[in-house]
Amino acid sequence: MRLTCPQCGERDRREFTYLGAAKLLDRPKGDAGQAAFHDYVHIRDNPAGPLRELWQHEFGCRAWLVVTRNTVTHEISAVALAQDVKAGKK
Amino acid sequence: MRLPVGGMVDRDKAVSFRFDGRVFSGFQGDTLASALLANDVRLMGRSFKYHRPRGVLTAGSEEPNALVGVGEGARHLPNTRATMQEIYDGLVAVSQNRWPSLKFDAMAVNDALSPFLSAGFYYKTFMWPRSFWERVYEPLIRRAAGLGRLSGLPDPEVYDKAWAFCDVFVIGAGPAGLSAALTAARWGAKVILAEEDFTVGGRLNGEILEIGDQSGLDWGKSAIAELEAMPNVRVMRRTCVTGAYDGGSYGALQRVSDHLADRAGRPDQTFWRIVAKRAILAGGSHERMIAFPGNDRPGVMLAGAVRTYLHRFGVAAGSKVAVFTNNDDGHKTARDLRAAGVRVTALIDTRPDVVVNIDCPVYAGGQVISTSGRLGLTAISVRKAEGGIARIDCDCLAVSGGWNPAVHLACHMNGKPVWREDIAAFMPVAGMVPGMQVAGAANGAFSTHAALAEGEAAARAALEFLGRKVAKSELPKAEDAPVAVQAFWQVKGARGRAWLDFQNDVTTKDLELAHRENFRSVEHMKRYTTLGMSTDQGKIANVTGLAVMAELTGRTIAETGTTTYRPPYTSTQIGAFAGRAVGKDFAPERFTPAHGFAVERNALMLEAGLWYRAAYFPRVNEAHWRESCDREVGFVRNAVGVCDVTTLGKIDLQGPDAAEFLDRVYSNMFSTLKVGRVRYGLMLREDGFVMDDGTSARLGENHFLMTTTTAAAGPVMSHLEFCAQCLWPELDVQFISVTEQWAQFSIAGPKARDLVQGICREVISNVTFPYMGCGKVSVGGVAGRLFRISFSGEHAYEIAVPARYGDALMRELVTRAEAMGGGAYGLEALNVLRIEKGHITHAEIHGRTTAVDCGLAKMVSDKKDCIGKAMSSRVAMVEPGRDQLVGLKPVASNARLHAGAHFAGEGVVANRLNDQGYMTSVCYSPTLGQMIGLGFVKDGHLRMGQRIRACDPLRGIETLCEITPVCFIDPEGERVRG
Repeated sequence: MRLTCPQCGERDRREFTYLGAAKLLDRPKGDAGQAAFHDYVHIRDNPAGPLRELWQHEFGCRAWLVVTRNTVTHEISAVALAQDVKAGKK
Repeated sequence: MRLPVGGMVDRDKAVSFRFDGRVFSGFQGDTLASALLANDVRLMGRSFKYHRPRGVLTAGSEEPNALVGVGEGARHLPNTRATMQEIYDGLVAVSQNRWPSLKFDAMAVNDALSPFLSAGFYYKTFMWPRSFWERVYEPLIRRAAGLGRLSGLPDPEVYDKAWAFCDVFVIGAGPAGLSAALTAARWGAKVILAEEDFTVGGRLNGEILEIGDQSGLDWGKSAIAELEAMPNVRVMRRTCVTGAYDGGSYGALQRVSDHLADRAGRPDQTFWRIVAKRAILAGGSHERMIAFPGNDRPGVMLAGAVRTYLHRFGVAAGSKVAVFTNNDDGHKTARDLRAAGVRVTALIDTRPDVVVNIDCPVYAGGQVISTSGRLGLTAISVRKAEGGIARIDCDCLAVSGGWNPAVHLACHMNGKPVWREDIAAFMPVAGMVPGMQVAGAANGAFSTHAALAEGEAAARAALEFLGRKVAKSELPKAEDAPVAVQAFWQVKGARGRAWLDFQNDVTTKDLELAHRENFRSVEHMKRYTTLGMSTDQGKIANVTGLAVMAELTGRTIAETGTTTYRPPYTSTQIGAFAGRAVGKDFAPERFTPAHGFAVERNALMLEAGLWYRAAYFPRVNEAHWRESCDREVGFVRNAVGVCDVTTLGKIDLQGPDAAEFLDRVYSNMFSTLKVGRVRYGLMLREDGFVMDDGTSARLGENHFLMTTTTAAAGPVMSHLEFCAQCLWPELDVQFISVTEQWAQFSIAGPKARDLVQGICREVISNVTFPYMGCGKVSVGGVAGRLFRISFSGEHAYEIAVPARYGDALMRELVTRAEAMGGGAYGLEALNVLRIEKGHITHAEIHGRTTAVDCGLAKMVSDKKDCIGKAMSSRVAMVEPGRDQLVGLKPVASNARLHAGAHFAGEGVVANRLNDQGYMTSVCYSPTLGQMIGLGFVKDGHLRMGQRIRACDPLRGIETLCEITPVCFIDPEGERVRG
């Protein structure tokens, strides 16, 4: 499997570490209550198809990435810097 | 028998080798199988279950029968396919799975017992008594069945790993692969051509063919010469592509030196990972067997393999050869053998209306119904179309049941091939592996012309994808015979067992049994009968087997479908996957700058992640580690000890928002920390459990230095990066790991200040460096940092200098400490000191404990949000009944404690229902003169002074303990402030 890091280019997946669904980007505010945090920490969609996920280029530039991966075919359709996603650039 | 002329072997270079102790001679270019056949050795092995005598069936990597052990001693490699092993001078090979000898195998009694050993027999036959299965039946069966045996010694071979990248990856160097590689390379693409065999050409070497105005053989030679002369081409012989993976990556096993007598320091094999923008699979096809009674006798071979031995090796597989076929390909075998002067005693074609133009006895519509010959074929019986039986003398029967395209690699990403009735074969479907195109026989295009054309077309498509311009070119002329085959899987109405999977001894009867017992889906059938589970992974058996099952169920072959194709394509040694990552090289080693000092002092080095840390520094009069440990603890409690703590994670954080960032990642407050002060911090995971702890020092208004535990240094760094990049990119904070930039030493004990003062230019006092203070110091002119922090509960400091001064500083500190009645201490003493003081480590913060559990409730600030705060206040995290951290002392002061023991109340059975928690850390405290421990006890904070049993059923030990506060020494903390 190959991932294209926006900063480093195409690299083998062994350079990357997987975290989980990109839902983790949307942390509730501290006073949002336990239900909101329960949802944030534990509840995940499990789609058969494209899924936005967080990976880190751990053995590279160490950037956190939002990778859009098809869970059925493993096709990678997009990779963006998490920082850019958060800033609304992508 | 070796023919007087012909073949690609080098007849000027004789090669001597041994098989089962006998010395044989072959030629350079022979495989072990061809050389044995040339010496009229037909019997090469015994089957897995029935110990039936077996000879070579194929001439390729799909060989199920001729498996031998190669090499001696630790180098002995079992289950080597004789069809793939090149011979070299001094090669030693032995047959397998026989006792006492290949010709007389006592275990062949299994064959007579076969009615009791049918599919799934071990589920039925050996049921009673139940206790016999593990102790009697299974060991017996395991000893009786099997293949080669491992030497049991460490593998002395070296394996390598390597990477390669290309535009077009061509798999297989037969006519289709060569055509594809030529086209791709001529138009400038970077090409890798991988060929499993040691010679390129594929079927060109096993047939009489013409391409253009050359022989097929010469065309192949000139093609490879042209390719090898091009700088953009890499030809990899002896390289089997084992798997197709995501994103255009492929695994490939290259046999680097196992064909050489003198390996001269070369690795045995190299496992390649090849990344390609496009791939062309031109892996050819495998010939099929026909199931008929006695089809496993040595001398029964595949017809294409007989031609390969004839044309490539100059070897006649027999002196009287019969051919049994359901397609025109079998005729070629008869024709070529005749042309080479070999007697063909019969051509049996299952098609009644076939027209044959060969000067030999022909049985159109005939079927082979039995074979004879104890250790090798002597005759066959043929049921003639017009009725009656013909008995035919032959010492070799060449069988062709048609060809299966080698679709395996194309199916590795869960693709399912489709059945094509007109050519009676499973075909790959375009796009099953993204970026891969299949060409030639692997794609069901069996003629030479079609191979060349499909290879070229696939290369053109790849070039187009790569954006390269390609002009038209003309293909050389080649035969373009249509596929003439009539599906024929098994001879019916004949007595005796007909083999499908040769190695695993699966016959058509086993499939009938599986059908009767309702194991009818191909996946069930496979597992119930073990069809296709031998080392050839069903290359010979699978398609025929599922066709037989289709006939039994009345479904079509298309409806029946195939089992799943998985990597690796051929059996691959585990060593090749491991590469050099074995033994000491399994993981990298991290040494601190003062590692050399510890080694000189004979320290026992412990692995802490990748780091190596000194456990203790033994002295000559000390016989037991505890003596060293107790002495080192005494240094710290009574004088001064020095410990290398460089391995603790160090993260340098800077920026206007650094303090705010720390407030959010630590559960306690850091923005209120004054410059020049240090604070202990607790980090939670978002689910509310403790992640890690450590200290952070404020070196400047916008500059912090965080420390983490050794084990969590990497994960904490990734976590901080996640927080900064994914949660709060608006915060202006930058950070980097400086663990390896700074060497750091703990200096602890009543005389710590004297030692520190001795090496620092600055005045060290309670004013300049109060407890939890920090600042810059000059250590012998080197700019260092001093932190007044303590893990031991003593007056203590940690001093940091740039890594390159670490070794020198450690030596200086220890020399001075020794002059003051102290010295170096290691991890064992460090652990005792922290247990005595009740400090937690990852033994306590093991991922299932909260701040409250650890007695650190006050560490979660209620003035701000932080990671994990919301979830840490969930009901189940704070309600009564949780296990809470306490100290534990045995009531009898000489009793022993064991970490891992579980607690139970007095007078109850120690079981899961009565579980009251568990012991996490124990040590012998030389300071208290007894063992002490830390552990989690149910509602422990409210149970001070109560008694509880620490039960260790694994060791059969039970100790009555008293529950105490976690801190055993100086609970008021007077020493650290002294």
